[in-house]
Amino acid sequence: MQTDMSIESDANSGSQSSPNSSETNSSAADGSQVVPSPPLTELQPEAGLSTRCVHSGERRQKSEGSITAPIFTASTYTFDSTESLMRFVNGNEQREEYGRYGTPNEKSVEAKLAALEGAEQAILYSSGMAAIVGLLMSKLSSGDEIVFFDQCYHRSREFCTKHLSRFGVVTRQVKTGDFDAMEAAINRNTKMLVSESPTNPHLTAVDLERFAAVGKANEVETLIDATLATPYNIRPVDFGVDYVLHSATKYLGGHNDLMAGVICGRKEQLESVRALRGILGSVNSSHNLYLLERGLKTFELRMQRHNENGQRIAEFLDAHPRVEKVYYPGLKSHPSHEIAASQMRGFGGLITFTIKDADWKQTAQVVDAAQIPRIAPSLGGVESLIEQPLVMSYYHCTPAEREQFGIADNMIRMACGIENAEDLIADLKQALAT
Amino acid sequence: MSHSRSKHSFRTRAIHVGNEVDPQTGAVVPPIHLASTFRQPGAGEWGDFDYSRSGNPTRSNLQSTLTSLEGGCGSLAFSSGMAAIHGVTMMLSTGDHVLAGCDLYGGAYRLLHKICSRSGIDVTLVDMTDTGAVEAAIQPNTKLIWAETIGNPRLSIPDLPSLAKIAKSRGVRIGVDNTFGTPSLIRPLECGIDIVMHSATKYLGGHSDCLGGTLSVADQILFDELYYIQNATGAVLDPLSCFLVSRGLKTLDLRVREQSATSLKLAVWLQQHPQVKSVLYPGLETHPQHAVAKELLNGGFGAIVTFELDAGIKETAKVCETTSLFHLAVSLGAVESLIEQPATMSHASYDAADRAKFGITDGLIRLSVGLESYEDLQADLEQAIAAARAK
Repeated sequence: MQTDMSIESDANSGSQSSPNSSETNSSAADGSQVVPSPPLTELQPEAGLSTRCVHSGERRQKSEGSITAPIFTASTYTFDSTESLMRFVNGNEQREEYGRYGTPNEKSVEAKLAALEGAEQAILYSSGMAAIVGLLMSKLSSGDEIVFFDQCYHRSREFCTKHLSRFGVVTRQVKTGDFDAMEAAINRNTKMLVSESPTNPHLTAVDLERFAAVGKANEVETLIDATLATPYNIRPVDFGVDYVLHSATKYLGGHNDLMAGVICGRKEQLESVRALRGILGSVNSSHNLYLLERGLKTFELRMQRHNENGQRIAEFLDAHPRVEKVYYPGLKSHPSHEIAASQMRGFGGLITFTIKDADWKQTAQVVDAAQIPRIAPSLGGVESLIEQPLVMSYYHCTPAEREQFGIADNMIRMACGIENAEDLIADLKQALAT
Repeated sequence: MSHSRSKHSFRTRAIHVGNEVDPQTGAVVPPIHLASTFRQPGAGEWGDFDYSRSGNPTRSNLQSTLTSLEGGCGSLAFSSGMAAIHGVTMMLSTGDHVLAGCDLYGGAYRLLHKICSRSGIDVTLVDMTDTGAVEAAIQPNTKLIWAETIGNPRLSIPDLPSLAKIAKSRGVRIGVDNTFGTPSLIRPLECGIDIVMHSATKYLGGHSDCLGGTLSVADQILFDELYYIQNATGAVLDPLSCFLVSRGLKTLDLRVREQSATSLKLAVWLQQHPQVKSVLYPGLETHPQHAVAKELLNGGFGAIVTFELDAGIKETAKVCETTSLFHLAVSLGAVESLIEQPATMSHASYDAADRAKFGITDGLIRLSVGLESYEDLQADLEQAIAAARAK
């Protein structure tokens, strides 16, 4: 930590405290205007998931005795004297400085997410894409390479192949789950292995233990986008994965009413990531963070219903004569069912399926006939959504590209919400009868 | 409200009714309309909304959802639960008489005894679980019977269908505060009750982060009367709070069922605790109205557990202050568990004599059970009771 006052205070952004480390606040007795923060709610190591959802990361005693977190809209935080500022600049006091470097709401939600993920730290971003961009931009330089499994969110792929490439970063794609191909693609410039698990939209589960082991054996860091799984179903850090990415817009927020992203991992590895976020500024407003925190309180309950609905609807579709194929890791017929069953607690609410002997128009008729799920991109909210990947996300691709990405004309992706399964099944039944 | 949704089950309606996709943008969550006033199509021609006190799209959405959940013809959202009850009592006039339950929220007690009384409205408290006593207490000038589906704090459960029958036969309106019951467990309008009221601050919002009150009715004439009063007196719920309550309703069923299940386990555990004199929970066979509760409540007995410690006022207070998960606070119905001592907190506005009369003793503790796991809450209570005894 620098002691020279001439250094810009911006340089401190990299040393912002971890969400859990602000316990060392100086006392008010030394003249500081900032009252020391009361301790976080102490939880037993074996505390249940919902107990963590409600209490982790939150101070037991909040400002004015509020039960819920006050929303800090302040863009900047005051120092009562030069002496107090110097204490901060010298690293002797952990506190807020400028909104881009952190806010009380951000610290609390980051700590809650880290607790749910079993990770040391979490860093929040303004969207899932901002999170992956933030991580990759801080870890990769010109000449570096990344290798990723090819089934993935098309915008993640686009960022790597169209934008990172402009800065001299090489992206190598290998077939999802083909670890031999992944090892073969690794060379001395490789800095990161990237995969989703389960993947979107084919729901392929990746053997995370093996994925992490390949990274370790080659001294390459690993990133898993676990948006579709959520920490309810799998915690990739438990398997040795370095970084976990979530689009918090999905199950974590859970109500289709906010955008956010998060990277979880070890504090030491995330220091440079946090510093770059402070410079690039893809942070959340405290209003948004409050909604995310509120959503997390019912995370366990919602996930239980998403899992239950996903499994029941996948089984219904699997048995339906008009359905050709169902991609859902909870079905025995899914190619990666065994891996999924061995490492996941449940399989989430996302289901992809194809309609037998249907062209794109006949498939669209099924989508249009559904009454409960609405036609929209995204997933993970309380309300069910439905879409045809061909039209929604791959409309401007050539047929060859679509074939490469495994996007069939007769494919439908449904994101099961938390409605009653009976209602969703009855609705799909009538939609498939059209 | 979409009528095609009416065939759907409770949880599906909680998510979809009143949350129709925004027609202009397709937004899957309706926008929050903060506007205080609305542009009109022409002078003397009125659109759906004119001035936000009279009607607001965000409030209207919440009201539609609630109407669907309570099974009524219309609902009104007020700025707090007390504002909603006040809306009901504003239908009364000097000389009228109100018959209210003796197991009654302190704020309602205060409104009836300290405010309505100033307008020359008379109040009698009666045990609502004793339908004979209720019938006997009706006077020629009785205009309103006011009960709670699950009483506060003694969790008494009146036989709502019988009360509704009595009220109807005597030409008296009957309203119930369904805050503790929630439409997930019981829908009083289906029992013949005229007005259902909620402190939406509690389970409907569910996250301890907004105040609100609601009224739902099944009769259009009654709705018009209440709407007139609300519009004339102005205690409407603001759009941001309406949004938060609407968001809360989407997980209402999950929360209430989970919280009820945890509550039953805690009540059973407390019952065998040596320092606990008695436990009041409608799910226990020892509860005086357990049979009624089983008949009326669907799939859970609520998430409020009241128990009496074998302890004085100070030791009881100490238990409430020593928990590390339960927060010491009034209110209830949210994701985080709360603990309080009715004698010094929620029911302090009762006269001492009425507190004694209605069993609100010094050793009474009220729990509002949240979403934390049973094991964590049980361990917390166990250590708090032990620590207070050790002092």
